[in-house]
Amino acid sequence: MRTGLCHPPDLSLRWWPVFLRNLLVWRKLAVPSLVGNIAEPLMWLVAFGYGMGALVGQVQVGDRAVPYILFLASGSVCMSAMNAASFEALYSAFSRMHVQKTWDGIMNAPVSLDSIVLAEMLWAAFKALFTVVAILLVMLALGISHSPKLLAALPLLAFAAVAFSCIALIFNALARGYDFFTYYFTLFVTPMMFLSGVFFPREQLPGVLRAASDWLPLTHAVELVRPLFMDQWPQRPLLHLLALAGYAVAAFGAALVLTRRRFR
Amino acid sequence: MAAPLLDVDQLRKRYGDTPVVDGLSFGIARGECLGIIGPNGAGKTTTLRMCLGLTAPDEGRITAMGLSMPGDAMAIKARFGVVSQFDSLDPDFSCAENLMVYGRYFGLPVAVVRERIPRLLEFAALTHKADVKPAELSGGMRRRLSLARALVNDPDLLLLDEPTTGLDPQARHLMWERLQVLLQQGKSILLTTHFMDEAERLCSRLLVMDHGRKIAEGAPRELIARHLEPDVVEAYGQGASALAHSDARAFAERVEVSGETVFFYTRGAGPLLQALSREPRLRTLHRPANLEDLFLKLTGRQIRQEG
Repeated sequence: MRTGLCHPPDLSLRWWPVFLRNLLVWRKLAVPSLVGNIAEPLMWLVAFGYGMGALVGQVQVGDRAVPYILFLASGSVCMSAMNAASFEALYSAFSRMHVQKTWDGIMNAPVSLDSIVLAEMLWAAFKALFTVVAILLVMLALGISHSPKLLAALPLLAFAAVAFSCIALIFNALARGYDFFTYYFTLFVTPMMFLSGVFFPREQLPGVLRAASDWLPLTHAVELVRPLFMDQWPQRPLLHLLALAGYAVAAFGAALVLTRRRFR
Repeated sequence: MAAPLLDVDQLRKRYGDTPVVDGLSFGIARGECLGIIGPNGAGKTTTLRMCLGLTAPDEGRITAMGLSMPGDAMAIKARFGVVSQFDSLDPDFSCAENLMVYGRYFGLPVAVVRERIPRLLEFAALTHKADVKPAELSGGMRRRLSLARALVNDPDLLLLDEPTTGLDPQARHLMWERLQVLLQQGKSILLTTHFMDEAERLCSRLLVMDHGRKIAEGAPRELIARHLEPDVVEAYGQGASALAHSDARAFAERVEVSGETVFFYTRGAGPLLQALSREPRLRTLHRPANLEDLFLKLTGRQIRQEG
C-alpha cells in the first residue's frame, strides 16, 4: 500500500468480492429495481416517440431520414446508460460508503480503498448495462429497430457506462450528503441530455452550444450507438471511443485521488 | 524473546496544528490483551487506524509479525481481526451471509468460510439468528456478530475499538465472557475502552493515553498500587464539601472535591471513618481504590471539549 494522495492505483483482484457483494444484494431486489430503472425511460420513449413523433414525422440523420421514434430510441438508450450508471455510482455508492459504512468494514479486511472504488465503478457500469439490455429488449419487441448491429451497441453502451460511473464517482467522493447529487443532475446530467442529440439533432443548436456539445461524453455515446439502430456503422468510431476512454481514465484518476483524500 | 506481534515505535500524527498522537510507542506480545484507555479525543482510534494502515502516520514505525506498515498493509490485515467503534455490518444480508461475504474479502475459499460459519455463529450465541438481518438484532447481538465477523479469517491479533460502548450490562458481560474465551484460546487482543471495569477484567496490561501521549503503562493492579493510596472514602450529603477543609482532612493522604462529593484517598480508613461518623447528615462509602480513580487522577475530572 502507498501513502499520499497522488500515486498509481493500488489495485488487486480483491475488487471482485466487493463487486460480488453488490451483485448479491441486488439479486434480492433485482425485479423491483429493474422495473424502476426501465419504466421511466420507456415512458419517455412512448410519450415522446409516439406522441411527438406523430408531429415531427421524420428526422434527418446524415443523409437519411428516419422516424422520430427510432431517432429518440437510439439516443435515449444512451441516456439510460448514463442515468443508471450515475444513480448507482452516486446514491447507492454513497449509501454504502457514507451511511452504512460498508466501505469502512471492507477496508478492515485486506482490500484497498482503490480496489473498492474500482469495484463500485465496474458495478455501476454493470448495472447500467443490465438496464440497457432490458430497454433494448423492449425496443426490439416494439419493433423500433431490428438491426443486427444492435449487438455491437452492448459493449459500446457498457463502455459509455464505465465513463459515466467514473465521472459520478468524483462527485460521490466530494459529497457531504445526498442533496449534493441534485446539483450534479440539474447542472450536469440534465443539460447534457438536451445538448447531446438525444431528443433532437444537434444541428438545431446555436453555434456556441453546438461546439460545446462536441465535447460532452453523452454526445460521443450517441454518435457511436445511433448509427447501429439504423443498421450502419458509426462514422468516426475511434474518435468517439478515445473521447470516452479519455473521460473514463481522467475521471477515474480524479475519483481515486478525491476518495483517498476523503478517507485520509 | 519472540518478536512482538505488533510493535509501534514513536508514532506521531497531527491534524492541522493539533497533535493527535504524539510520540507513542508500545508493543503486544502473543497471547496478551493490551488495553488503551483514555478520554475522548486522546488519540485511541487514530492509533488503531494507523495500525491498520487506514491513516498514514507523520512519523514513526509500525511493524507486525515481521511485516511493516504501510508497505505490507494487506498482508498484515490478512492476519488481523477488527471490530470498529461503529457497526459496519451489511444491512441487506443475514448474519450467516454477513460472515460469508466478509470471508471473501480475505480471499478465503467459499468452502472454508462455509465450514467456519456455524462455529462462528455459535461462538457469538447467534445460531438461532443465522437467517436474520442485523436490523432485527439487539445492540449486543450486533456487536457479537461484528466480533464473529472479525474472527472469520482466524486472526492472530484482534483490534477492538470500544467493543461494548452502548451495550446494556447483560450484553456487556456476555461480550466480556466471549473475549475471555478468546484469550484462553491464545488469541491476542488490542482493545480501546473507557470502561475501567472492562479494562480491569480483560487486560493483562494497560496503557493510559491522554493528548496523544502515553502517560502510564502497566498491569491494572500494579498501576493502581503505584499511583494511588489503597483506600478511598467518598463522602457526600449536606455539608460534605466543607469537609475538605475540616479536621478529617488530616486522616487522608490526598483529597479531591468533585461537585458535592469529597474523595479521601488514604492508607488506613479507620480513623477517617470514625471522624466522619460524627457528622450525622453525611453519607460515606468506603471502597478500595480502582482503575477509575487512577484514570481520573491521571487525566483529570474536567469534561473534555471533544467529548
